[in-house]
Formats: sequence, structure tokens, C-alpha cells
Amino acid sequence: MSSAAMDHGHSAGGHHTSLPIDNRKLAIWTFIGSECLFFATLISTFLIYRGQSVSGPGPKDIFEVPLVTGGTAVLLFSSFFVVMALNGAQEGNRKKLLTWLSLTVLCGMFFAGMQVYEFMHFYHLGLGYSTNLFSASFYTLTGFHGAHVTMGTLWLATLLKDAIKGNLPPEKSLNLEIAALYWHFVDVVWIIIFPVVYLMSLGN
Amino acid sequence: MAAEHAQHDEHPHASAAKYVQVAVILFVLTALEVVLYEICYGGLAPSMAGLSSQLEPWFVELLLFLSFWKFWFVAMFYMHLKFDNKVLSALFGFSLVIAFVVIVALLILFIYNRGLWWQTGQW
Amino acid sequence: MTTTVLDTEAAPARRSALVEWLTTVDHKKIGIMYGASAFIFFLIGGLEALIIRAQLTGPEGKLVSAELYNQLFTMHGTTMIFLAVMPLSAMFFNFFVPLLIGARDVAFPRLNAMSLWVFMLGGIFLNASFIFGAPNGGWFGYAPLSGREFSPGINMDFWVIGLQILGIASLAAGVNFFTTILNMRARGMTLMRMPMFAWATLITQILVLLAFPVITVALIFLMADRVFGTGFFVTAAGGDPMLWQHLFWVFGHPEVYILILPAFGIISEILPVFSRKPLFGYSAMVFSMAFIAFLGFGVWSHHMFATGMGPLADSFFSLATMLIAIPTGVKVFNWMGTVWGGSVRLATPMYFALGFIAMFVIGGLSGVMHSVAPADLQQTDSYFVVAHFHYVLFGGSIFALTAGAYYWWPKMFGRMLDEGLGKAHFWLMFLGFNLTFFPMHFAGLLGMPRRVYTYPAGLGFDIYNLMATAGAFVLMLAFLVFIWNLIKTWRGPANAPADPWGGATLEWTIPSPPQEFNFGEEPVVTGKDPVWTARRAAGVDRLPEPAHVSGKGIHMPGPSWWPLIVSVGILVFFVGFMLPKFWAFPFHPVGILGFAITTVGIFKWAYEPVDAHATHH
Ligand SMILES: [Cu+2]
Repeated sequence: MSSAAMDHGHSAGGHHTSLPIDNRKLAIWTFIGSECLFFATLISTFLIYRGQSVSGPGPKDIFEVPLVTGGTAVLLFSSFFVVMALNGAQEGNRKKLLTWLSLTVLCGMFFAGMQVYEFMHFYHLGLGYSTNLFSASFYTLTGFHGAHVTMGTLWLATLLKDAIKGNLPPEKSLNLEIAALYWHFVDVVWIIIFPVVYLMSLGN
Repeated sequence: MAAEHAQHDEHPHASAAKYVQVAVILFVLTALEVVLYEICYGGLAPSMAGLSSQLEPWFVELLLFLSFWKFWFVAMFYMHLKFDNKVLSALFGFSLVIAFVVIVALLILFIYNRGLWWQTGQW
Repeated sequence: MTTTVLDTEAAPARRSALVEWLTTVDHKKIGIMYGASAFIFFLIGGLEALIIRAQLTGPEGKLVSAELYNQLFTMHGTTMIFLAVMPLSAMFFNFFVPLLIGARDVAFPRLNAMSLWVFMLGGIFLNASFIFGAPNGGWFGYAPLSGREFSPGINMDFWVIGLQILGIASLAAGVNFFTTILNMRARGMTLMRMPMFAWATLITQILVLLAFPVITVALIFLMADRVFGTGFFVTAAGGDPMLWQHLFWVFGHPEVYILILPAFGIISEILPVFSRKPLFGYSAMVFSMAFIAFLGFGVWSHHMFATGMGPLADSFFSLATMLIAIPTGVKVFNWMGTVWGGSVRLATPMYFALGFIAMFVIGGLSGVMHSVAPADLQQTDSYFVVAHFHYVLFGGSIFALTAGAYYWWPKMFGRMLDEGLGKAHFWLMFLGFNLTFFPMHFAGLLGMPRRVYTYPAGLGFDIYNLMATAGAFVLMLAFLVFIWNLIKTWRGPANAPADPWGGATLEWTIPSPPQEFNFGEEPVVTGKDPVWTARRAAGVDRLPEPAHVSGKGIHMPGPSWWPLIVSVGILVFFVGFMLPKFWAFPFHPVGILGFAITTVGIFKWAYEPVDAHATHH
């Protein structure tokens, strides 16, 4: 998913960009636009198959609000942390950058860990991937979100490594900016998943 | 590269203080979501039966309302759409519109065939 | 990003030609490889069609078994859509979009190379299935037929995984070309001064970006059903096969525009040049194309009228579909308006372009017939539908792509194609095409169903099928003439001037074939049709032949192995899903290996040092 970062804002022969936007930033936004449809399809399927499973366990048997609320809060905070890190990178404030970026990476790892724990917990409660429609659509949706979190964490960790080596000066802060955009998008998807998948499944 | 960079650095950036404000708002909205759930269906429901029965019919709508604003704050401030080139907002907005239309259309197509939800109360 | 400073004067030990092509990030070389591989896949798909037609020549055909027939029509459809028309369009995107907008390359040259390799490996993977058992569930892979219960073999695994791989190539190219067109235009080239082919490409990429994720997810569900035993489309588990149909067509309808919009773009480039008159109604052409694409997301269920969605849904999708006829009509009339009153020159590209208009209109009209839900109930799944979509895909896309090939071949290879053979190609293709597909309308209206491997005598189908088979072999002849044309002119001298047709767009201002960096000096544009503007300003009939320039000091991206390596990793990763379970591992070690190759490749790619290859020059 870091593919958009791979070509470093190439502009052959110092070609100007037609819009006052860097190529890589435009590309990551384009990718995010495309991802909207990816998650829209997963969420639609989860909702269409709501209550259609022929056997249990269902969401009410296994979901636990405190755990997932914790994960949600961590992810929200990580979005805040990464904008602070970006702020530090743009100002050339190394200490600020390193502090907030490390916190962001920790949050990413924590969220991914929370999800691994959650999945294992659900599995022990008898909810395998192919147990029923609910499990299949739930694990696919949240699993792919988790894969995005993992990918984003890896990307940010790579940038943290760059930052520690001093390879993330203000003129390269765009490297962090595009990773942060991706990270916020992953957060925004969770902002929808949390109420729509967890809370609404428990209600009604 | 350096020249391009200068170009887009001219956009006003939100200050760190603004980021903190948004973080607080996001935290509050998330807390409201959980409290709403607790009042309607969770641990608070028995003790707040009156409020619970008033809010319950609007549970889904209220949740969507709260998460819409969370989405909006992250997109506008953390993703800089409020300060950035409008092409990016258009790009994201258009994708969201298509995504939303597809979700709604699919839900209607499937749920319609299972019986009209405003008649059955079930969906 | 690796850059090399071109220094053609001092170019010592060149890399071998093979290495050069494998590691190239030049959009022109990538375009040529797209074209060459897609043309081979096109011939394979055509061969499948010939076997199908031979089988159906008369009633009770005995040439192939029902099982092989299923594989043939599935692979024919899949091949022609994903391995022929889409990548043939991609050939023109790659080679010509940077030239048309005055850029030296695309926004992300290495990502562009990755798109090519992923596509090529995906195509080879799909066709390799013939060794093990090719996909046999139709190009639309309807569940539950495509699920494990009814397709237990490896056949549909090839289809699911092959499409998944190809989707990655399309999405990567989508991001790349969207960024390129928005951000790499020459100075002065505003959006509303862009050549129509650039517009067509831009809108096509929007469709790719928004439609492909939907099929990606649908394929993930189907793959989960097949590999992990979930019940997304298994009725017994509460799953709904209708969901597959909906998701498939949410993708599928935009997909047909992904196939036809590039054709619209090519035709809109050719008609003005050979009518010596600017495109009629430029902005109407742009907006109608955007409108077609936008509406294309709200009509998918017209493929599903027979599934009983209810009167509300039927009416909505009927009306939305009919609405598309309006912008499409605008385009057809504007094309005619472009030719009208022009001083028309009937060279081969123009023959195919005019043929396109006529054939596409016939296909469009039968399309409007399908939008009427009650009528569609009679036509659906009959040969009438087969006739319809071949008129738009062959009569539309293939005619336009062929027109584009004749029009741009001189620019790509510096050689003119033979006009006599070109016109023979046209007439054979025009006659063969109509002989093949027009009778199918009648067979369909008489009730001949699609996808049957044989039919009994005496139902009135015989004569139409005989005609169709004869036509198919005429089509084969047409493409043999084309291939002969390519071979013959390839052996001849490099005779193409920079501007053989009196073109209007920037690619005609540079030598044929273009130099590696395209433009010695970055062009500046002051309006639409820049070459014509320059000619008028200079008061000449043709601009002077451009000289080759040294290109000294122009920075171009250096070659890279990583796109190819990452692509191989992606292929290996997906193959892991097809292999039998390995002990208790949930994922096959081969898949994990592929994942590792991909990850390492991406990291190496991201950190590929600047000027790593500068020593080569
Ligand atoms: Cu359609």
C-alpha cells in the first residue's frame, strides 16, 4: 500500500506540476478515493448479512464494548499524534517529531495487538472465520481494516527509522504527510466501523 | 522538488492548539457514542429507563450523526482538507458520494426484497 | 528516485536488450510491451472464438465436449475483456498520454512498469490454466455456480485469482494515469485544452479507481468461500448469490465503459485530423463523457432484470439506463458534425473510425432495447445479447483500437503501414464482423440461448449460425492481413515523417519514433490543437521536420528491477491460495514466500538510491 510513496514525486527533468500539489500527495488521495469503494463494499455486505446467519454465535454473544472502545480511542489518539509529529517534521523540531511519531507507531501496534487479541478471544468463544455469515463478513471487514492498520504502522515505523537517522528533514516532510494521510483514512474507516458494526449490532 | 514544496507550504496550516481542540472533540464524540449505547441497551439502560425509551428509536440515526461529525473533523483538520487544494476535497468528496450511493442502493435492493422495513420495523 | 543524466555522446557498454526491456521504466517501451502482449492474448482469444464458431457451425456439433466448450467461452470473454481490450487501451494510454499532454513520462514510471508486469504475469497465469483445467463458469463467475460446491475443480480458482491479480495492475495504472493527467500537463494546457484522448483516459481511470475495488472485494468473498469454506454466496449458510450478481455488476457496468471510453477518445482524435476540421462541440464531448461515466454507476441492475428485483428497482434501472442514450447520442452527433463539411481524406484510420461510428450505433440501439425491462426479459441470455455486446465491443472498441493502431503506428515505430493492405483489412473486417454478428440478432430473437455448446436442428437457428461461422473465418483472414501488413512494413524502410497525417496534437511535433525524453524542450501550449495553431501562425502547410536533439542534461528516471520483482512476488503470493493445504498452516508457505518477496521488493524500491544507475551512461 505504500506503493504511492515508492516513486519519490517524480517529475522528469524538473517538470512543473500542473496543480500546486505534489504528485505523491495527489496519488495518495486518489488511492484513498479508491479505497472508499473497497470499504463501502465490505460495509454494505456486513449490513446486508445482518441477522441472516443460520447459526450462532451472533454479535450479541461475543462483542465487548470496553475492549473495542479502548481500541477506538487509541486509534483516534494516534491520528492526533501523527499530526503533531508532522507539525514537528515541518518545523524541523526533531524532538517533537520523534516523540509524537514513536507514540503513533506504538498506538498502531497497540491497535493491531488489540485486534489480534479480540480475534483470538472470539475464536475461543466459537466464532471461526467460516462459522456463519456474521463471522465471515465481520472478520473480512475488520480483518482488512486491521491489515491496513498493520501496513500503515509499518510505513510509519519506516519513517520513524528515517527520522532517527536524521533522514526526515523539513524538506522531506511530505514523506510523512502522505503516510499520515493514509493513516487518517484508516482511522476514518474505523470511525464508521465502530458504531455501524459494533454498537449497532449490539442494539436493536 | 524544493520549489514545488514551497508552493504547497504556503497553505495555512492548523496550529498545534487546533489539533488538540479537535482531539478533545473526537474524544467527546466517541464517549457520547458509547454513552448513548449504554443508555439505550447497555448497563445504564435499567437505571435510565425513561431516557432510554426516548432515545432508543433514534439510536441508529444518533450514532450516524455523531460519527459523521467525527469523520468531518478528521477529514477537515487532520487531513488538511480545509486548508488544502480544493481538487483534493473534490476527489475525496466524489469518491465518498459514489461509495455512499452504492451502499444505500445495495441496502435498499436487498432490504426491499425482504419486506419494507418501515412496515416490519425489521431490517 | 533514480535518475540518470542522458549523455548520448558518451554511451559506452549498453545493457543487453533483454535486460533493458525487463528493467525499463520508459512509458513508450512499456506501452509497446502492453500492446505486444495484449495482441498475443487477443489472438488467443480469437482462436477460442474460432473453435466456438466451428463447434456451432451446424446443429449437433461434435468438435468439442460440453466441458471444453464451457472453458472456451469463459476464457474467450475473460481474455477479450481483461487481456485484450483493456491492455490494448493501456498501450495507447502508456505510449500517447504523456505525448499528448506534453510530458516526458508518467508521474510514477516504476509503478507504471509494475502495472505492466503484473498484467503480463496475470495474463500468462490465466492462460496457463488450460494445462490444468481452464475456468468454466462464464466471465461473470455467477455464484453459486462458481462456488466450491458446484465448481470443485481448480478451474474457477484460476479465474478468481487471475482477476484479482489483473485488478492490481489496473488500480496501480489508475492512480498513475489519474495523477499524470491532472499534474503533468505542459505549461498552458488547461483541462479544457486537453486532447480528447487524454480526457477519455482520465475519465476511464476514474471508473477503474471506483469500480475495481468492488470486484476486488467480491472476489475476496468468493475466494473465501472457495478456500476457507465461508458462506458468502452459499444459500444453505444464509448467503445470497444475488449479492455476487449485484457486486459483480456494480463493477461490471462501469467496466464496459472502461472498455469503450478509450475508443471514444481515439475516434475523437482521428476524425478531426482526417476531416481537417476541429472536433465539433469539444466541451459537449467532455461533459457527455463525464456524464456517461457518472451515470454508469447507477445502472448496474439492468443486467439483472430477469432476477425479479421488483417493479421499483426495475423501473429505476430502466430509466437510468435510457438516460445514458442522451449523452451517447450527443457524442455520435458531434462525431458526425466533425466530419460534416470537412475536407475528408479517406486513409485507413478514417475507414476504421467511420466503421466504428456505424457499428457502435447499431450496438447502442440494441442496448437501448435491453434497457426496457419487459423486452429484456425476452432478450436476456439469448444470442440477441451476444450480438449486442459484440457490436459495442468489437464494432466499437476493436474497430476504434484498430483505427488507433493505423493512426499511431508511424509515431510508435517510424514506419507507415501499407494503405492497400490496410483497406483490405478494413473491408474484410467490416464484412466479416457483420456476417458474424448480425445474424445472431435473429438467432437470439428466435430463442437461441447463450452459452449452449450445441443445438438441435429444425429450430431455425441453423442458417444464422452457419453465416456467423463463415463470418468468423473472414475475421480471421482480416487479422492475418493485418499481421502481414505489420511484417511487410517492418521489413521496409523507416519511412514515417514526424507528422504523416497533418495531426493537431503534440505527438506530431517530435520525431517518429520519439526519443527517450520525448520533448527536447518542454512544450508550451496556448490553445486546443496546438500544431494547427502553430501552422496557422507560421503560415505553412506542414511544420518543418523536427531534428533529433542530443538531450544532454535532461534527467530521466533510471531503470529498475524492483517493479518486475514485486510483480513476481504478487503472483507467487496469489498462487499460494490455490495450492493444497500444507500441514496445519492456514496459508501455504509459497504464499508467504510471495508476500516476503513483495514486501522486500517494495522496501528496496522505496529506498533505491538516487543515481544508482548513472554509471551505465
Ligand atoms: Cu450494463
